[in-house]
Amino acid sequence: MSRRISPVIPGFGLTLGYTLVYLSLLVLIPLGAMFLKTTQLSWEQFWAIVTAPRVLAALRLSFGAALAAAVLNGIIGTLLAWVLVRYEFPGRRIIDAMVDLPFALPTAVAGIALTALYAPSGLVGRFATELGLKIAYTPLGITLALTFVTLPFVARTVQPVLADIPREIEEAAACLGARPLQVFRHILLPALLPAWLTGFALAFARGVGEYGSVIFIAGNMPMKTEILPLLIMVKLDQYDYAGATAIGVLMLVVSFILLLLINLLQRRIEAP
Amino acid sequence: MTSATLTVAAARRGNPWARRALILAAWLAFALFLLLPLFVVLSEALKQGLGTFVDAILEPDALSALKLTVLAVLISVPLNLVFGVAAAWCVSKFEFRGKSLLVTLIDLPFSVSPVIAGLIYVLLFGAQGYFGEWLSDHDIQIVFAVPGIVLATLFVTVPFVARELIPLMQEQGTQEEEAARLLGANGWQMFWHVTLPNIRWGLIYGVVLCTARAMGEFGAVSVVSGHIRGVTNTLPLHVEILYNEYNHVAAFSVASLLLLLALVILLLKQWSESRMSRLNTPADEE
Repeated sequence: MSRRISPVIPGFGLTLGYTLVYLSLLVLIPLGAMFLKTTQLSWEQFWAIVTAPRVLAALRLSFGAALAAAVLNGIIGTLLAWVLVRYEFPGRRIIDAMVDLPFALPTAVAGIALTALYAPSGLVGRFATELGLKIAYTPLGITLALTFVTLPFVARTVQPVLADIPREIEEAAACLGARPLQVFRHILLPALLPAWLTGFALAFARGVGEYGSVIFIAGNMPMKTEILPLLIMVKLDQYDYAGATAIGVLMLVVSFILLLLINLLQRRIEAP
Repeated sequence: MTSATLTVAAARRGNPWARRALILAAWLAFALFLLLPLFVVLSEALKQGLGTFVDAILEPDALSALKLTVLAVLISVPLNLVFGVAAAWCVSKFEFRGKSLLVTLIDLPFSVSPVIAGLIYVLLFGAQGYFGEWLSDHDIQIVFAVPGIVLATLFVTVPFVARELIPLMQEQGTQEEEAARLLGANGWQMFWHVTLPNIRWGLIYGVVLCTARAMGEFGAVSVVSGHIRGVTNTLPLHVEILYNEYNHVAAFSVASLLLLLALVILLLKQWSESRMSRLNTPADEE
């Protein structure tokens, strides 16, 4: 079955076997158990659970906020990557190191920090309230929390690709009379788009499932600011295992379809 | 430097106004999104002085939460380290059918919500779960106990080491390992003396990221913990309990302990990353 890259390298059976057993025990069998559990429901029961108004509202909020956060990160992440790769300026090294903070910081800490910041009495919330804008306990607050926890994804996938684009190509284009916007459209965009989409997809997937950073700032009002993962928790607290499982399956299936679409889009871009 | 290279350098910097505006925007985004939350955690924690801050961290429930967090890290990181090396070895040194599927499966825990990661273990090992009856007959408790917390932490941190090692080992190829084998080294000698030194910094990088996530995991652990103070509370869960009890100063004090650990992790990450790039591009240092 295996075609070794080199005939003298040992350990194929051992490492593949270990990998498969470990993944099966820890990831595949438990996830399979969830799908098995759903089969205890009839199709009508499953449909009734996942189309309940409260579930649909949470579905819209979770995917909508994750999408908005991924778009926002598509902009901020590209800006950070661009500035970090192309310019030399005071504080560059600090920003470069700190971009990864959201990955290192426990999400619960991020959650309470952002709530303290954006609450009506908070440092930023105070100004927002004066402008008549409510951030904490609204979908806007959820989006900002998701933007924080997924901030590194786009920046870190775009950064190495941007660093690898030879500057000579842009200079040549400029010498041949291309305007900056044309250089961007015809040289930078095609090169960066696949990496950008990867970062976007990672941020989106993480945002849909994110729990710790959101529940503090969300306010968790049913139908208004309740995200899907929280709804699973609510069902579990009520010992409604079938309901929790059905929502879990719904989340996995919808995320899978969306990631598949992004993947297809990426392939179309990469193969002109 | 000749005047010609100076002109090119000037051209490379582009429009100075656009450059200044972009740098300013990056600084603003950095300050607003990353620096402010940091500042808030520390200022809220120290609101009532250093005494309350230290008391909140040295309180028995906080210490037992710290112990459980350390335990979860100490079990899950080594297990996922061994898994990561094994997975990266078979993926990067061999060609086989279904390889890309295997890589997708290794990454799978990244796209599963942490709450679902907790849920699946409740469905398996909870009182109503598939193995629930058998476990209670044998007096073994997994969910709402320490083993459940370790399992949930393991699940969410599966991909970290493997993900860092796969591209690194693919790039390094198999030539050095082949040479070692042809010179008579056995499999383990080849691994210890050739492979391991080559992947050392990537390994440390993966371990650092894995530790960060294991230490901070909240959703998955929250589902399987049962929130029993002093028994099944990790540090992030302890922060949540204190916060929901409106004990904000204590919550932010424990949170700032986690924040300091996160900053240490960032430093370690930076250090292993710079070592890695130095190894990969020795020609850059003149």
